[in-house]
Amino acid sequence: MQQRLTARNVTLGYDQRVIAEDLSVEIPDNSFTVIVGPNACGKSTLLRALSRMLKPSAGQVLLDGQAIASMPAKKVAKTLGLLPQSSIAPDGITVADLVSRGRYPHQGLLRQWSQHDEQVVAESMAATGVAELSGRAVDELSGGQRQRVWIAMALAQQTPLLLLDEPTTYLDIQHQLDVLDLCAELHENQGRTLVAVLHDLNHAARYATHLIALRGGVVVAEGPPAEVVTAELVEEVFGLRCQIIQDPETGTPLVIPAARKARTGLAA
Amino acid sequence: MTQTTNAKPDGSTASRSRVLRGPGGTALRLEPRALVAGLLLAAVALVMAIVLIGTGDFEIAPWDVVRTLLGEGSPADDFIVNDLRLPRVLVAVLVGAALGMAGAVFQSVSRNPLGSPDLLGFSYGSAVGALAVITLFQGGSAAVAAGAVAGGLLTGAAVYLVAYRQGIHGYRLVLVGIGASAMLLALIQYLLTKAKLVDATRAMVWLTGSLAGRDWSQVWPLLATCAVVFPLVLGQGRALRMMEMGDDAAYALGVGVERTRMLLMAAAIVLTTAASAAAGPISFVALAAPQLARRLTRSSGPNLLAGALMGSVLLLVSDWASQRAFGADQLPVGVVTGLVGGVYLLWLLVSERKAGRI
Ligand SMILES: Nc1ncnc2c1ncn2[C@@H]1O[C@H](COP(=O)(O)OP(=O)(O)O)[C@@H](O)[C@H]1O
Ligand SMILES: [Mg+2]
Repeated sequence: MQQRLTARNVTLGYDQRVIAEDLSVEIPDNSFTVIVGPNACGKSTLLRALSRMLKPSAGQVLLDGQAIASMPAKKVAKTLGLLPQSSIAPDGITVADLVSRGRYPHQGLLRQWSQHDEQVVAESMAATGVAELSGRAVDELSGGQRQRVWIAMALAQQTPLLLLDEPTTYLDIQHQLDVLDLCAELHENQGRTLVAVLHDLNHAARYATHLIALRGGVVVAEGPPAEVVTAELVEEVFGLRCQIIQDPETGTPLVIPAARKARTGLAA
Repeated sequence: MTQTTNAKPDGSTASRSRVLRGPGGTALRLEPRALVAGLLLAAVALVMAIVLIGTGDFEIAPWDVVRTLLGEGSPADDFIVNDLRLPRVLVAVLVGAALGMAGAVFQSVSRNPLGSPDLLGFSYGSAVGALAVITLFQGGSAAVAAGAVAGGLLTGAAVYLVAYRQGIHGYRLVLVGIGASAMLLALIQYLLTKAKLVDATRAMVWLTGSLAGRDWSQVWPLLATCAVVFPLVLGQGRALRMMEMGDDAAYALGVGVERTRMLLMAAAIVLTTAASAAAGPISFVALAAPQLARRLTRSSGPNLLAGALMGSVLLLVSDWASQRAFGADQLPVGVVTGLVGGVYLLWLLVSERKAGRI
């Protein structure tokens, strides 16, 4: 059975510079897939290709068996949502108005707003805990609050597939976990397929049902975190010597970086 | 069967929008303040237009103007109002609206308050076209208008192609536009120095931008252009709103970003060019109108319609002020808008600086 979202032998790059060549990735249906990898290894590039923002110079991305590049933009936007790594909040826009924009693909020139839109927006704000901020201007919020507003906008799009590029960056530990809990909930209760880029390997190991480790545009390993996260892999992908122990809370792999002496001794 | 409802179920004012529901599930989402501001601007434009028709060497009271427009004036008034001044005022309204909307589009697309056709070189393109016709071929006014159209469209296409690299990006567009302006300005100077004195004088008048002596032959092509392009641009307004959040965010919401941008830029170039062809390069209206409109509506969108209305108001007020202060057709309206615009630009720089954006 083929998964809903797959990239087949894609070559990705900007201008002439190739970032990934002959890359194939399958996003398992109903999974919470987490992509990890060092900075600039092509995580965002892969996400942008999966959401048809970047056209592969070779190969293709398939959504429900169809080449995503040939599908109408609005149809894709009803199936697949993306929270980009950085977006711009228009000057002075309120939280409620920004979240409302997530309903765009469901609307038309003459059907700009329905009761259903209204309900979805309210639910999305409640789910991300920004309901009480709804009347505030987005540019007056803290980084963490702002991030949750953007996530609310992506939620309001109500797509079965949702791609999130670094949704926890800029958040304190409590809010990071809030966002991850929210993702886990969306995945477990609503059966949505989630793909997120995360930097914290331990968070990735805790929350992911499927992990993809990327380095230099190549998939180094993929599978359930318990199988994938090993000391060898972490060293191979991140160049970091470490121990893996069992997370006492969840039993998932926990990465303990080697002490400075051990790490610098190796380099010498 | 319309009713107004609060956009939020609990009736709080979290969203600035109100929803207007019609039959068959149709619904329009409007911001009340933007709506009021728009109606206000339209009313001001209408009043100013009537006042302006009455202004000149032969003054006509506003109510006589209205009566004459409705076909009940004296034959003398009828000639002055309907044959002489109405077309001129209509040109002012349409040129202002075209420039205001074009400016709103450019500023939104380039995400830069300086992204206006004045600074991106399109107006200079029209000027080179018009000046070439005046100085090299001594062409008549129709030929000059055609030259302005050709110059503007060519420049638009050239800037777009040079700025295009896997899509158009705001910053690059502004830089390429400024480069193009510099080169075109040099070309204008060259044409002026090469021209005969009569032609150079005519060219200078054209370059200032003026409404003097505009008649129905300028109104019709401009009106036709606006009638086609305005609805087209307004139809893309919601997509443009999404694009203000960045290309990726807009793309994720299902906006065909590159297509929308190309369509809108082409439309804005056509509007600018049509305005230039009718009245010469009226400066600063495209730059100032969208920003002033935005401050009035406090709406975060591109303010296309409000920008257009503000453009009309600016041009009408400038023309009226020029006529009041210096007498009919003594001072071209382009000088007034340039003056007002320069002050506005300074104010923009100061306020942006205070806000820490530059
Ligand atoms: N818009 C762009 N134009 C040119 N190069 C880019 C662009 N975006 C990213 N890159 C380059 O592509 C490489 C991969 O970037 P990215 O996918 O953003 O990495 P990350 O894994 O950190 O998300 C980097 O070397 C980056 O410099
Ligand atoms: Mg990235």
